[in-house]
Amino acid sequence: MPSVKIPRKSTDTDMTPFVDIAFLILSFFIMATKFKPPEPVEITTPGSVLSQKLPENNAVMISIDSSNKVYFSVLSENAPEKYTTIINGINTSQNLGLSPAQIANFRKTFMVGVPFTGLKELLSTDANDQPKLKQPGIPVLDTLNNQLFWWIRESKSAFAGEKLNYLIKGDGKSKYPVFEAVISALKRNEEFKYNLVTALDDIPSGTELYIKERAGEKDLKK
Amino acid sequence: MASIDTGGGDGGHKKGPGVKKAKKLSTRVDMTPMVDLGFLLITFFVFTATMSTPTTLDLNMPKDIKDQKEQTEVKESSVLSIMLGKNDQIYYYEGKLTESGDNFKQTTFKGIRDIIINKKKEVISRYVTDPECEAKAKAEGKPISNCADKDFVVIIKPSAEATYKNTVDILDEMTINQVRTYAMVKIFDQEFELIKATEASGGIK
Repeated sequence: MPSVKIPRKSTDTDMTPFVDIAFLILSFFIMATKFKPPEPVEITTPGSVLSQKLPENNAVMISIDSSNKVYFSVLSENAPEKYTTIINGINTSQNLGLSPAQIANFRKTFMVGVPFTGLKELLSTDANDQPKLKQPGIPVLDTLNNQLFWWIRESKSAFAGEKLNYLIKGDGKSKYPVFEAVISALKRNEEFKYNLVTALDDIPSGTELYIKERAGEKDLKK
Repeated sequence: MASIDTGGGDGGHKKGPGVKKAKKLSTRVDMTPMVDLGFLLITFFVFTATMSTPTTLDLNMPKDIKDQKEQTEVKESSVLSIMLGKNDQIYYYEGKLTESGDNFKQTTFKGIRDIIINKKKEVISRYVTDPECEAKAKAEGKPISNCADKDFVVIIKPSAEATYKNTVDILDEMTINQVRTYAMVKIFDQEFELIKATEASGGIK
């Protein structure tokens, strides 16, 4: 009986194309990754359909966390001297008596979430240790002692003559009165335009905006 | 495994006797460690990548006007008042709140879109041609259809128990339904009492 010879196939597959693709993906991720700055408080923003980009400079960010604490931070990487101007303004108007080292530390402080009385302690702490510090939040709910007003006032004068964006980043679970108090602090500074930080949501199909966007897309294609 | 196939090996032709054969070194490089490292890096970047860049929602608030004369007047019949309660509940009424509060209704975030759309349709259907507005729209290069819903106003009144998410969601709903005029105002006591009463009877905690 003639035996049927089964040809031996090599188990060595050529993985070169596979590796090529893998490195392509790797280079894509390296290019696309932008590292998030470490945030001392976790804030989950609600979604909105608007796809406008967030300004990263010339902005102050007011954050509200899920336990209704208010934090204040300045985003001005292009002009670091603004940090000093703001903290100097606060120092003089509130008679805090901060040392030059503490003033310099404000530049590295990512978020301020303490009343003026606790500012000295926060600024004497090294920036790396600040996230461990328990911050009680800036008092806003008391209309007579809305300290956010002062922070906004100083930022406004530091950025005088330039466009300053007011970003409000609130946690979805925070209550409305806090948001209202933040708005009222801004209103008292004669500022009426704000940007609410949101995550991107899809536009629900069938709605007027959806129809409008679709029509706009068609126009662009023509 | 992953390796470069150079096609070399035993394909060479025979050389005559006496010709010394040069020792052939394999040109195959073992690429396994490199590939390992590559995938390790991919995993790292995939996990650290922040794909969802935050976006912003613009909010313009009016200046507080104390003078009654300067306040904008709106047609009562084309106003929709939306109140935000706790547990993501929405309360609304059309026009003016009656003394007995019988036009005070309750809905959720799912139902509010249809209510806004219907109210907008109703306002548009009642529209009588306003030549002044249409001339203005033409001069500014805007569509005349903008005039049809110019009376439509939504008033948003978040209560103390509403969350920030509710507020953003309702503002988003204004964008979705292309409501041009809307305002955020403080809730009235009468309305807050009604919300509380509805919550108590509906068992919303």
